[in-house]
Amino acid sequence: MKQPYLFLRNEQEHKVIKFVNVSKTYPNGVEALKNINLEIYEGEFVAIIGLSGAGKSTLLRLINKLIENTGGEVFFDGKSVTKAKGKELLNIRRQIGMIFQGFNIVKRMSVLSNVLSGRVAYHPTWKTILGLFPEADKQIAYRALKRVDILEKVHNRASNLSGGQQQRVAIARALAQEPKMMLADEPVASLDPITTVQVMDYLKKINEEDEITTVANLHHVDLAWKYATRVVGVRDGEIVYDVQMDGMKKSVFYGDLEKVYGRPIQHDEILGDE
Amino acid sequence: MNKIIVPKPNKIRKYSIILLVTFLIVGSGWFAGFNIIEVFVNLFKGGRLLGRMFFPPDWAYIPRIIGPMLETIQMALVGTFLGALVALPTAVLAANNFIKTKWLHVPLRIILNIFRTIPAMVLASLFVAIFGLGAFSGVVALAIFTFGLISKLTFESIEAIDYGQVEALMSLGANKMNILRYAIMPQILPQFTSYTIYGFEVNIRAAAVLGWVGAGGIGQTLEYNLAWRQFDNVGMIIIFSFAIVLVIDLVSAAIRKRLV
Amino acid sequence: MTDNILIKKKRDPLKTTLHTVYYIVVFGLIFWGFNGIEYKGIMQTAASSMKALWNGFMNPDLVYATNATIDGLPYAILETIAIAISGTFVSAIISIPFALLASQNIVGTKVSKIGKLVVTMIRTFPELILALIFISVVGPGAPAGILALGIHSIGMLAKLFSEAIESMDLGVKEALESCGGNYFEVLFRAVLPQVSPELISYTLYRFEINMRAASTLGLVGAGGIGAPLIFAIRTRSWSRAAVIIIVLIITVTIIDQISGRLRKKLV
Repeated sequence: MKQPYLFLRNEQEHKVIKFVNVSKTYPNGVEALKNINLEIYEGEFVAIIGLSGAGKSTLLRLINKLIENTGGEVFFDGKSVTKAKGKELLNIRRQIGMIFQGFNIVKRMSVLSNVLSGRVAYHPTWKTILGLFPEADKQIAYRALKRVDILEKVHNRASNLSGGQQQRVAIARALAQEPKMMLADEPVASLDPITTVQVMDYLKKINEEDEITTVANLHHVDLAWKYATRVVGVRDGEIVYDVQMDGMKKSVFYGDLEKVYGRPIQHDEILGDE
Repeated sequence: MNKIIVPKPNKIRKYSIILLVTFLIVGSGWFAGFNIIEVFVNLFKGGRLLGRMFFPPDWAYIPRIIGPMLETIQMALVGTFLGALVALPTAVLAANNFIKTKWLHVPLRIILNIFRTIPAMVLASLFVAIFGLGAFSGVVALAIFTFGLISKLTFESIEAIDYGQVEALMSLGANKMNILRYAIMPQILPQFTSYTIYGFEVNIRAAAVLGWVGAGGIGQTLEYNLAWRQFDNVGMIIIFSFAIVLVIDLVSAAIRKRLV
Repeated sequence: MTDNILIKKKRDPLKTTLHTVYYIVVFGLIFWGFNGIEYKGIMQTAASSMKALWNGFMNPDLVYATNATIDGLPYAILETIAIAISGTFVSAIISIPFALLASQNIVGTKVSKIGKLVVTMIRTFPELILALIFISVVGPGAPAGILALGIHSIGMLAKLFSEAIESMDLGVKEALESCGGNYFEVLFRAVLPQVSPELISYTLYRFEINMRAASTLGLVGAGGIGAPLIFAIRTRSWSRAAVIIIVLIITVTIIDQISGRLRKKLV
């Protein structure tokens, strides 16, 4: 299956992310992404699925230039990410929140310090080095923690929290940035099934209530079906599936995916019954 | 029943290594004129010397030792402090996962290596020749030596951190200084402090003997007494400095355990 | 906008006081340290000496460096290496029984505590004094240095060895005991073979350190490059001192590299 599914969108709708002929070849010769053309619209919750090594992580990291593309151009909000450098790049990044499979929270610091570090790009360096955040920032941090229902842990050391709680602190850190967009790289892969649903619920809530465009790499296809408004399937560095989830039946979805993965969906790719 | 024949393993490599090592060791001993028999024959001489040093212990000499001993401790404190101070930024620059310019790491590491290779004594006598007798020369020598030691340990720590936290800070738009402050420092600061305290332990021992070449502290007293063959004083100095070093070792080991 | 959220931080008074005390003590010590060092009029003479030193490095005494007789640099360096090798080897062998006596899983808690104390005492005894004592036994020269290094190195090697023994996998020991091995059989066929890669690695590491120590011991007459070096510095023969330092650094670095690579292959 070579052609991505095309769907009609109002061209006036705001494109938050635009990939134009983007490709990424690593120095060792591996062609991770080939000629990607993709547009992500404001308010969407996009789930990216595909086999490991298909290019999902690379795709996500090209958005905030954690990885540099070798061909084509990436646009955020109309500005070129590919060409952005220095302060310009930092200003783009502060508008994009990112959470990771490994949470990437600083375990030795308090929850509050961790969430406040989401604000560093908004203040001069000498202030953030000394930890001089204005009271307004602290309020932003408290509110972010409240949105993920973990405010009571505000002064705890991050290492004292469970995996699910640490991921919520990571989400709070991203929220503290007051971002336009949220990227999630396998956010629930290290969590147990119940915490997984919890975290995914938070991501969905933030996406809908705060209108933060969300792009998430997901391993479990049923999570993609349940939470996303649109699912993009990547295979061998190309987009082979791009469909709105609006009213899509689960069985039809799984049938589609068989063609994406080239084989029936396997056990470990389904999280289980709710 | 037929016999099972198993091919013989090739032991040539193993035997040639053993042969080489034995040759190196025996050859070295012979080259240096080491005659084990002579050693045992003359052992009693050493025993007599030890007797003159330690039996009976010359307690009356203690008040005269305290001053130089304090100077030794001061040398170690200042030397460690200065060395560690410069070591931290240097380690950050020398680590290959933070600032990724190669032409920075290689020369820095070479310099660090040189400072670690020159024995502290040699540095001390060099500085005595330049700055004159006294603790100042010792402090400079210790500072340079400590700088080399702590820098290496620290930059190795930096290269071993969890890079994910750095990635997270990068992704939210933090610049290099903020990444350093919020992702790297929290991870390495306990280890850095531990290394500094370890450096102090090493320096206390080194400072005690640096005085030998005139760099101040108890070492100078030692040299003086040995030159005048006052072995009972020498014995007391050894006992006293041993006690101090032991106490410092115990205290610092306890502190270091609580850090990491 | 909703009302501001008020968060009260619970401050543990005991912890805060302790932290403040720590900081005061540390800074007090450092301040006291700085006070005790004299800085008199050091800089005036220093400038000319440093210039002379720099000149020495620019014109190293190559005659001395290529003098292949017993008075020359190559001989002295070789002697230093020989002292380091012999000393380390002697130490490694002797350290094994000491290490066993300091290992909790071999001799039990009480005996191992005594063993550890003895080892620490050896470690603290200054090498220089040890060298002097041995000079009185075998006379000045390299053998005294070998003995001094050998005994002093026990302090570090026995400690490292015992740490390796204490953290080893007990299964092998148990296996041999269970099939009827006696004490020494267990020792030689289970314990030692198990930890030998680590032992060799630590010995090589100690060898690197002993190379530096050996060059210092010559200072008191225990042979090696130490004596000519200190002599050159004291008499301000900067060209000679420079060439010795340069060759010393090169030698030690090469040995470090070789040793480092061997150690990597062991672990």
